[in-house]
Amino acid sequence: MAAVSPTLSRNSDDPAWRSRLLWLVAALTIIAPAAWLTEFNPGKLADAHALKTTARFLATMFPPALAPEFLARIAVDAWRTIAIATVGTVLAVLIALPLALVANRQLSISSLGGGAMCAICATLRGAVRWILIVLRSIPEIVWALIFVRAVGLGDSAAVMAIALTYGGMLGKVYIEIFESQEAQASRALLANGASRAQAFVYATFPVCLPEFLSYSVYRWECAIRASVVMGLVGAGGLGQRLDESMKSLNGGEVFTILVVFVVLVWLADKLSAWLRQQTA
Amino acid sequence: MNARAFLIGGAFVVFVGACVVTLTGDWRGFFSVESARRMAQLARDAMPPAHDGAFLAKVGYASMETVAISLIGTLIAAIGGLALALPGAGRWGHAAKAIARLVMNVLRAIPELVWAGLLVVAAGLGPFTGTLALAVHTAGVLGRLFAESLENISAEPYNALRHHGTGAAAAFWYSTFPQVLPQIISYALYRWENNIRAAAVLGVVGGGGLGQMLHFHLSLFQMQDAATILIAMIVLVGLVDFVSNRLRIAMSA
Amino acid sequence: MSISLAGVYARYARSQRTSLADISLSFVPGEQVAVIGPSGAGKTTLLATLACAIRPSEGIMNIFGTDPWRLPGADLHTLRASLFLAPQSPPLPPRQRVVNAVLAGRLPRWSTWQALRSLVYPIDIPAAHEALARFHLEDKLFLRCDRLSGGERQRVGLARLITSSARLLLLDEPVSALDPALAREALGVLQTEATTRNATLVVSLHAVDLAMGLFDRIIGLKEGRVQFDLPRRKITDALLTDLYGAELASSYQSGPGEDPLAQPKLVRCS
Repeated sequence: MAAVSPTLSRNSDDPAWRSRLLWLVAALTIIAPAAWLTEFNPGKLADAHALKTTARFLATMFPPALAPEFLARIAVDAWRTIAIATVGTVLAVLIALPLALVANRQLSISSLGGGAMCAICATLRGAVRWILIVLRSIPEIVWALIFVRAVGLGDSAAVMAIALTYGGMLGKVYIEIFESQEAQASRALLANGASRAQAFVYATFPVCLPEFLSYSVYRWECAIRASVVMGLVGAGGLGQRLDESMKSLNGGEVFTILVVFVVLVWLADKLSAWLRQQTA
Repeated sequence: MNARAFLIGGAFVVFVGACVVTLTGDWRGFFSVESARRMAQLARDAMPPAHDGAFLAKVGYASMETVAISLIGTLIAAIGGLALALPGAGRWGHAAKAIARLVMNVLRAIPELVWAGLLVVAAGLGPFTGTLALAVHTAGVLGRLFAESLENISAEPYNALRHHGTGAAAAFWYSTFPQVLPQIISYALYRWENNIRAAAVLGVVGGGGLGQMLHFHLSLFQMQDAATILIAMIVLVGLVDFVSNRLRIAMSA
Repeated sequence: MSISLAGVYARYARSQRTSLADISLSFVPGEQVAVIGPSGAGKTTLLATLACAIRPSEGIMNIFGTDPWRLPGADLHTLRASLFLAPQSPPLPPRQRVVNAVLAGRLPRWSTWQALRSLVYPIDIPAAHEALARFHLEDKLFLRCDRLSGGERQRVGLARLITSSARLLLLDEPVSALDPALAREALGVLQTEATTRNATLVVSLHAVDLAMGLFDRIIGLKEGRVQFDLPRRKITDALLTDLYGAELASSYQSGPGEDPLAQPKLVRCS
């Protein structure tokens, strides 16, 4: 029988204890002030006045608003929301595709044969990537807020907001898709004198098409949700209607709109899944 | 295959056409000279972004408030999500599973901003509402992810303890929990990244932080202040992306 | 108090595992038995049935004087604390530390609060240390289970048995990942522990020579039925050939790295 290891007595302390304690203290040091910053106060929910308002709001939810004129208006708004999302996504694709092509390192002619890219090309590609990052970083609702100030309430603010933000997101993903393909095929074409456009159409694009479509359709689905959210700040569609009903504490209308929204998103999800299956 | 592609492609073109037509009315408004001039004016008004000390301090505070909202919101969501995931993975029978799944789907389906608008009724304006709205929505998202993790792990360790007479709670903490913990942390970190963006905009409907400040200054057309807040938002999101990425790499080592 | 099965039929619910047919066995407290048989003979199912992990479709079971399946839920749960089933692949959560995995044997005796407290800071480190020391693993006390080799994980699973207070020990191929010398030693430790507690020990083994070398009573299982249930000295080569058929050659393998020419001969007399 081996002797008991001399460095470990029978009553050793747990070596992990000290580091765990440190982590715990660190976590508390961050969480406590954070909770204070958020004015975390569950007691607020139990406030008598708030409870009464909530109760009244919940009470008005049943029965949900089912008057035909209201439902008809909601149907129109739902269609407008879909229209906003669709046009916005299409524009986003139109913005993202050219930018992604420019930034696509695989189409670099100056770096054929293993050399470095020429300085101008590298700068241009870098600049385009930065543009895409900036477009992505500003939440679409902020764009919507700004556009609403500029062009007034309505659908076009939402459309442009989606176009810009999603253009940034799609651009980044398109670049990743293009660059994840084998560079061999396009490089070979470029080395033999084909133009960048030809190399792209004949080599890169056919292979990338399924992923490209898949992600773009997924973004369209997200755009539907985003359109409703933007409506809350006056950019049209279901969201604007929801905002009005919430402000007037009309629980019945809120409930109906929410149900329509959930169904709409669910349908979009199913359609998107089906489309993506078709293109796989 | 080709006939089908053409059919889908054709339907797509018709669909997009219909959408464009529906919105045509507003298009002219957007691309009019008038709008262009107003946009240019706004851009001019935003330069240079406000940079006096007092305002920057306020922006700094609002940024910390935004981070705090995202942190506490995600934390509550992780706990709530786990609580929903247990029945959602079938631990307590079919009925509980169905109900838990329904709850999670409803929570997920309604965006944070809509939740914020709804919760304003119960909790008033301010960062607490923003935190709750984030927590509620994210609990649905995380709950669904956690439930999938729970269903995918091996049941062997848990069963071994239960067959030996261990109570269900102790068996959970000794076998199931250590098995899913890495995934829980990973998902939670991933959502935290996303929630910073969400926290920033929640303020727009009254959820505190940078969003509320932005909405306020924009409604008063104080473009310079708005520009600074916007820059702060971008910087914040970028920073959190970076930190979260690093944390995730460190955790999976 | 005795343990017995009478006319038991049992099967795993959603598995391809062999079902047991008409099993009748009985054990005296403190007895030590080896179960042998070809792959798919039903050894795992038998151990699981004895551990009350699966319920027989027919037949009568008697564990410590009662039929476990007639007991109310809470009483069955209490009974389980006396049963220990070690599955073939050690049920250790990968990221759990060895100390907690081993102390899990104490869980039936701890309250939930104690269990949680022990996760934060292990309650009985000396006990875990002592249990691991029996298998030469005391220096792995605070390591994560996924940092151990297969053989080490198997022994940690056995160390958990030491910290438990079970009186019926059911081990499914507990030394399959250990080389012959270590396997013998580990089985020796388990047998000593069982004797100390006067616990009944039932071990399924793939290595016939280990079974014959260490256990006085051998049960041969084939296709879900008991082929033979004999004292060691009555086991003949013919019986073994009949049991294993074509598998006989491989059933003599007792572990990795074993020189086939150095196989110990079959012991026929005790």
